[in-house]
Amino acid sequence: MWDWFKLAILGIVVLVAALAANWARDLAYQVHALIVFAVAAGLFIWTVRGLDEEKPPAPTGYSDGVVRAGVIATAFWGVVGFLVGVFIAFQLAFPVLNFEWAEGYANFGRLRPLHTSAVIFAFGGNALICTSFYIVQRTTAARLWGGNAAWFVFWGYNLFIVLAATGYLLGATQSKEYAEPEWYVDLWLTVVWVVYLLIYLGTIMRRKEPHIYVANWFFLSFIVTVAMLHVVNNLSLPVSIWGSRSVTAFAGVQDAMTQWWYGHNAVGFFLTAGFLGMMYYFVPKQAERPIFSYKLSIIHFWALIFLYIWAGPHHLHYTALPDWASTLGMVFSVVLWMPSWGGMINGLMTLQGAWDKIRTDPIIRMMVISLGFYGMSTFEGPMMSIRAVNSLSHYTDWTIGHVHSGALGWNGMITFAALYFLTPRLWNRERLYSNVLISWHFWLATIGIVLYAASMWVTGIMEGLMWREVDAQGFLVNSFADTVDAKFPMYIVRGLGGVMYLSGALIMCYNLWMTVRRAPAKQPLAATAVAAE
Amino acid sequence: MNYHILREIADSWVLLALFAFFIGAGLWAWRPGSRGLHADAAQVPFRHEDGPPCDKGCESCACRADDRWAFETENGK
Repeated sequence: MWDWFKLAILGIVVLVAALAANWARDLAYQVHALIVFAVAAGLFIWTVRGLDEEKPPAPTGYSDGVVRAGVIATAFWGVVGFLVGVFIAFQLAFPVLNFEWAEGYANFGRLRPLHTSAVIFAFGGNALICTSFYIVQRTTAARLWGGNAAWFVFWGYNLFIVLAATGYLLGATQSKEYAEPEWYVDLWLTVVWVVYLLIYLGTIMRRKEPHIYVANWFFLSFIVTVAMLHVVNNLSLPVSIWGSRSVTAFAGVQDAMTQWWYGHNAVGFFLTAGFLGMMYYFVPKQAERPIFSYKLSIIHFWALIFLYIWAGPHHLHYTALPDWASTLGMVFSVVLWMPSWGGMINGLMTLQGAWDKIRTDPIIRMMVISLGFYGMSTFEGPMMSIRAVNSLSHYTDWTIGHVHSGALGWNGMITFAALYFLTPRLWNRERLYSNVLISWHFWLATIGIVLYAASMWVTGIMEGLMWREVDAQGFLVNSFADTVDAKFPMYIVRGLGGVMYLSGALIMCYNLWMTVRRAPAKQPLAATAVAAE
Repeated sequence: MNYHILREIADSWVLLALFAFFIGAGLWAWRPGSRGLHADAAQVPFRHEDGPPCDKGCESCACRADDRWAFETENGK
């Protein structure tokens, strides 16, 4: 019965997508209609072919297939995102890389949102979805709720990424930073996200473990808050249902405030709360000892979610936003420093009594450096949100450096550690293929981040100072082009840092691939051995 | 119902309620008797690594691996 229902839905989608491709008012919309058409038609045929097949009995163990797919997608999108990042870094240093023949498709302005979305939503998002599915099952002792709905979330989310990425190259954007996709892509993501929330809640509701472990609190706050942010910031009216353009529901400074309420909480709940969920599971697991203080983790959680939501206005110092609002954002940002460091200390002190593992276990080393960067960027951020500091740092490359020390250092490193943790377990391997290669990855990535952040501090503060320099008569000393010229050497260093980070990720992919192919399989479980006796 | 009424409520009762909840959540973590519960909760990641507990409650009946990969490796393929 369900299959016939599915066929009817898919048939309608195929028909509407074909009509949409025909009546499309712009190229991006047309290409998207064709992609949706191809996907829906393929699913239709696949469903028809499976109609007569007997359904296997419902499995009862953990549902790990979707987590494996997520691990592969995370590694793949990571490499894609880093590669685009390295390329646009060199486009800034050498403008000739904005090729004449690709003008309007592959110049910096089109590739930049592709890079940010690929690393945040494709790499980070897939990592969050697959680790949350892994963790929620282990900490609730229950199989994922909803059967194949988890696969719908995985493929639906990746379809969202493909639509967003192709849209950017073809010029479909609503020009809101980190929320660039147009209205129909936003609607699709909303559907996928609601199913994700239902799976998560359903799994927690049928848990066999009475207490809901703190990692799940973080994941749940991430899912709920991102849903709220996404829906509000993307309120808009399409110009036509057959075209990609839309008009936002807000205007002027209200629009700016809504956007940065969204933008900063995307950092707070997507890149922080969600990844803290990973941290609270993988660090204790890898260190083989419980979290330093469970009480502190509870305080960390409530303080983080109560404070983060107010910090957005610090993006709008010295704008049309009222002073009281930007002061509010600044104060909450500074207060936020404390819970952030509480969380970092909680993670690091978990290693108490096992500090030797930093020397012997390269995965622990990655987690430690990741927590170090979490602490560093959660100190740097509050400092930059202070109005006087912001008057120097805003609009300069210092901001870019700050974002990357958080993203490459904290999010990247904890995700790499999670992938190294998950792969042998998911593919039933005794161990990883090579520990030496993890060490190579670790050092390449770490030195890459240091080069990146250091060069951006230098160039950011330099251009900030150059912009405000006035002579005795009160005239500006430097033109904008002077600052661009002065930044050239630092742009090269930044690009090289990116190359190192990318090489590290490629080494990781090789290592994970060889782990699945070559590493010895795990010995059968003790329980199975007893049964065979 | 206009902006100013919303602002009045937000500045008074809602602010108080949010602040009280926040302080309450912090104090609740320190309530007497929470130490044992928290020590137990911190051990959650170290149980149920390989599968959910079986309803029948027997020692050796591991839950059936659900997917092809685990199934094939278990059967030595």
